[in-house]
Amino acid sequence: MIKTILYIVLTAAITNNYVLVKFLGICPFLGVSKKLDQAAGMSLAVIFVMLLATAATWPIYHLLLAFFHFAYMQTVVFILVIAALVQLVEIILKRYMPSLHASLGVYLPLITTNCAVLGVTVNNINDGLGFGASMLTSLGCGLGFFLAMVLFCGVRSRVAEAKPAKSVEGLPITLISAAIVSLAFFGFAGIIGNLFG
Amino acid sequence: MKNSKLAILLKGLIRENPVLVLILGTCPTLAVSTSVTAAIGMGLAATAVLLCSNIAISALRKVIPDQVRIPCYIVLIAGFVTVVSMVMEAYTYDLFKSLGVYLSLIVVNCIILGRAEMFASKNTVGDSALDAIGMGLGFTLALVCMATIREVFGAGTFCGLPVPWFNENPISILTMAPGGFMTYGLLIALVNKISNGKAIKKKDFGCAGCPSAASCGKSTCGAKEETNV
Repeated sequence: MIKTILYIVLTAAITNNYVLVKFLGICPFLGVSKKLDQAAGMSLAVIFVMLLATAATWPIYHLLLAFFHFAYMQTVVFILVIAALVQLVEIILKRYMPSLHASLGVYLPLITTNCAVLGVTVNNINDGLGFGASMLTSLGCGLGFFLAMVLFCGVRSRVAEAKPAKSVEGLPITLISAAIVSLAFFGFAGIIGNLFG
Repeated sequence: MKNSKLAILLKGLIRENPVLVLILGTCPTLAVSTSVTAAIGMGLAATAVLLCSNIAISALRKVIPDQVRIPCYIVLIAGFVTVVSMVMEAYTYDLFKSLGVYLSLIVVNCIILGRAEMFASKNTVGDSALDAIGMGLGFTLALVCMATIREVFGAGTFCGLPVPWFNENPISILTMAPGGFMTYGLLIALVNKISNGKAIKKKDFGCAGCPSAASCGKSTCGAKEETNV
């Protein structure tokens, strides 16, 4: 049981890392990874919204859309549900948990149009996962996003001190360092298979 | 008059190329540029959605209330994405399969929402349609450029056909994830070099390129202060 849970979470977090392997959620990865506290705050908000979005969209798809043969409305319904959910969570946090809102709230509106969140919900449905497996996959994807953001934040703080050629300054050098971090993630590929074989 | 129409059409292709200069739509650019066929398919699908959504949003710009415009745009765009993906599933099934989840992720593609917010909501239907065609073709052009580099050097093929010599010496890392980041970074560096650093300054990556920037004014997005300079 624990083995299966660990397998799902680790596969989603490391071998199928959403940012570095599947290229989802690149915008926050490049935009908000300059300072560690911002990177961590953004990633925690992403984990939270991913779990919430999966918890809401899975039942909606299987109990409403698939049941009434409206599966083709998937994209429209999912993006609306995610947008409404994010708005709702922000209002609730602001009212009842102001301290949490102060640390996570600022990142919430940015997440509505984050392709990693929509991606994880659509992928879970396309892969035909059950509710439990979907939630675990979302948790793994969120943790993978967190890992990639925090690791990359460290790399960027070192890159910021270096002085590259003029034309590679800024985004190009960031992308090239992302390539190297992504290469490092390839090293994890064999671990999961060997651990759970 | 005629000149300015042409300028709207052409600016998206090179001077304001959405991928290489405005840095919008990075996710699909990196993900589907492993093969030229997929890149062309993705580019044309996004162009079709962009054209429909720009026309619709520009036609409805006086009807949509300002406070709820972003949700309205998203619903319109999601509708067009559904239409395009159903058409592709019916007529080009292989392409539909190879684009996979990225086809439905056109909904959250920054280029489409960004053009709706920056251009279609302020201009006439005709101008918006021209802008959509220019931007869409610019996106396709950049994707095909990247895909050509990655497919020819990485897999030794072009549109699935083998290319002599490269065929026997493929640099397969280019078709994998790190190659995507690397090629994209180097292409932007090349654009910066050619434009003599002019493109760098005003278009440094940040919240300005993010379509939700307008709706989240309070965000403490890391790169924000720089883009305002």
